[in-house]
Amino acid sequence: MTTSTSLVYLIALPLFSAGLLLLLGRIADKWGHIFATLVSASVFVIGVMEFFAMQGREGEARAATQKVFEWISVGTFQVDASLLLDQLSICFVLLISGVGTLIHIYSIAYMSHDRDRRRFFAYLNLFIAAMLLLVLGDSYLNLYVGWEGVGLASYLLIGFWNQKPAYATAAKKAFVANRVGDVGLSLAIMIAFTQFGTVTFAGVKEGASGASAGALTAIGAMLLLAAAGKSAQFPLQSWLGDAMAGPTPVSALIHAATMVTAGVYLITRSNFIFDASPTAQLMVVIVGAITLLFGALIGTAKDDIKKALAASTMSQIGYMILATGLGPVGYAFAIMHLITHGFFKAGMFLGAGSVMHGMNDEVNMRRYGAIRKVMPITAATFGLGYLAILGVPPFAGFYSKDKIIETAFYAGGVEGILLGGATLFGAGITAFYMTRVMVLTFAGTKRWDENAHPHESPFLMWAPMAVLAVGSVTSGFLLNSGNALVNWLEPVVNESHEHHSEHFLPPLAISAMALFVVAIGVAFAILKYRSVPVVAPENVTGFTKAARKDLYQDSFNEAVFMRPGQKLTAGLVSTDYKVIDGLVRMVGWVIQISASSIRNIQSGYVRSYALIMVLGVLALVAAVWMVTL
Amino acid sequence: MDIANYIYLSALLFTIGAIGVVVRRNAIVVFMCIELMLNAANLAFVTFSRVHGNLSGQVASFFTMVVAACEVVVGLAIIVTIYRSRRSASVDDASLLKR
Repeated sequence: MTTSTSLVYLIALPLFSAGLLLLLGRIADKWGHIFATLVSASVFVIGVMEFFAMQGREGEARAATQKVFEWISVGTFQVDASLLLDQLSICFVLLISGVGTLIHIYSIAYMSHDRDRRRFFAYLNLFIAAMLLLVLGDSYLNLYVGWEGVGLASYLLIGFWNQKPAYATAAKKAFVANRVGDVGLSLAIMIAFTQFGTVTFAGVKEGASGASAGALTAIGAMLLLAAAGKSAQFPLQSWLGDAMAGPTPVSALIHAATMVTAGVYLITRSNFIFDASPTAQLMVVIVGAITLLFGALIGTAKDDIKKALAASTMSQIGYMILATGLGPVGYAFAIMHLITHGFFKAGMFLGAGSVMHGMNDEVNMRRYGAIRKVMPITAATFGLGYLAILGVPPFAGFYSKDKIIETAFYAGGVEGILLGGATLFGAGITAFYMTRVMVLTFAGTKRWDENAHPHESPFLMWAPMAVLAVGSVTSGFLLNSGNALVNWLEPVVNESHEHHSEHFLPPLAISAMALFVVAIGVAFAILKYRSVPVVAPENVTGFTKAARKDLYQDSFNEAVFMRPGQKLTAGLVSTDYKVIDGLVRMVGWVIQISASSIRNIQSGYVRSYALIMVLGVLALVAAVWMVTL
Repeated sequence: MDIANYIYLSALLFTIGAIGVVVRRNAIVVFMCIELMLNAANLAFVTFSRVHGNLSGQVASFFTMVVAACEVVVGLAIIVTIYRSRRSASVDDASLLKR
């Protein structure tokens, strides 16, 4: 472990910038966006410097720590606000600050007509700070602070245009769904503390080797719940579609590239828990497999371009979660897919934003068509991202997604067949719905509104898209060449270099199968969407109807959780009113009634007082007499 | 000397006084009834003093007389004041605390 002094700036700089821009108010309107972008860029520069410094160190010394201050000190319980930059964190630091900076630049142009642009940039910087704290914290408690911070930033940014009630509701929905996951994380931390007496990653790792299987499974399940909330995994995924209410750069940064992958980070970071608990791993795999199919199926029916991409995000994160559940072999591939996905999905979201920007904020893909002619750069960058997500060689997704499919098949036995089949099927559906997005948006005939005058976006917008497109093309190859990322992450995830040579399917065959499935998906989409009606057809299959409604997850949540929850609260309220308050009011009522009847004795007539006194004395005498007798 | 007769007389006088206090409305009469009760008590004191052959009872009755005298002074002053302000010496009219 190396001691570093510069890590804290990664978090302090954007946090300071966010506070400054929010406190200065309108004074900072003129330069706030430039300032925030520069801060983000400088964070990226620090990150790159740390990365090279890290490469200069060897073995154990690679990871760097910094103790910022002593946070909690109660008896034997010590939590320091310490930062840990290891091989895993640096991947995230570079992704967050790199993609974050690009999206800052993009937002300068995208939000140029918004009078609250400064506030938007302040929130973006707040997000960067919180997300970096999430990945840099050296204990679950530090991570938790960042975890809540990104939830807050996400809430603020989804509801950025909260003058529209629907958007404000979407923000609230995201926040509430995230809270459910947060409860899981806090429970996991509590269990870890009672079991191991510490909440640092190192301490829990040490304790996990001697812990009972039940405790590990409980922690794993709670961590999985947390990951499901933050990463929009089944059954907490329903918020992600509505989160598209936020400005598109937010969707690109928070709801595609970074924040929603926090769950993958959490599971990878807690690999020592999951590796020791096969039950928890199985749960992770199941959740991942369900979500990757769930998201893909929803994506096939969405006409809103951002919601289609959101469903795709859900599905791709399902791939990552599934990979993390496959044990030490899967973590590196999950992270690899996370990084490549960060590039191509952020790029596609920015492309979608670019199209919306030129089309008067129209999001309905049935209103697009033939956009490639008016927005060639957007079409090209989006197309590269499209090829990447399909997994066409040599684009990024080919390396990362194929590895996950391979690993799923190699899980062995029935499980391997099932998981491999699911990932393969998911790849086919992915090809179908992404082709659908491509065809509906960029190809075909123009179906747009007469008032729309689509035009190519300004340089500040297409430049970040171009950079991300380059990433979509090259990142997979770069990360995979010589197993670069796998070897890099090995100290963190304890990869045990297994050899797959004895498996029944060689990697090449799996790649060929994946490509074949993808080709079928593409062909099917192209055939199906040769002509596109402007209004979505009503006489569709029940499946399409279900997919349009997010496979009824909202209705399910409403029927199973919300309505009974409301009934429960209504019952509790009336219990409180009738029983608890009733008791209190009864005490008052008894006193009132008895007082008003006793009050009649106080007539004010001396003679009645005298009589009472006489009677009292007589009673006293009688009592004394009885006792002495 | 039969002590019982004295005690009977004392109890009778006290009862008459107590009934008077309760049933009569005129403040002066109520007052007189109080005096009657005090003197009934005095009679009992003196009787017991005589029977037991010591002076404690007689001393107590002197105390009672002194207290009664003071009480008369204060009480009559109050009654006269009330009469002046209300033109009535009825104790029932002086139930102001109620209203």
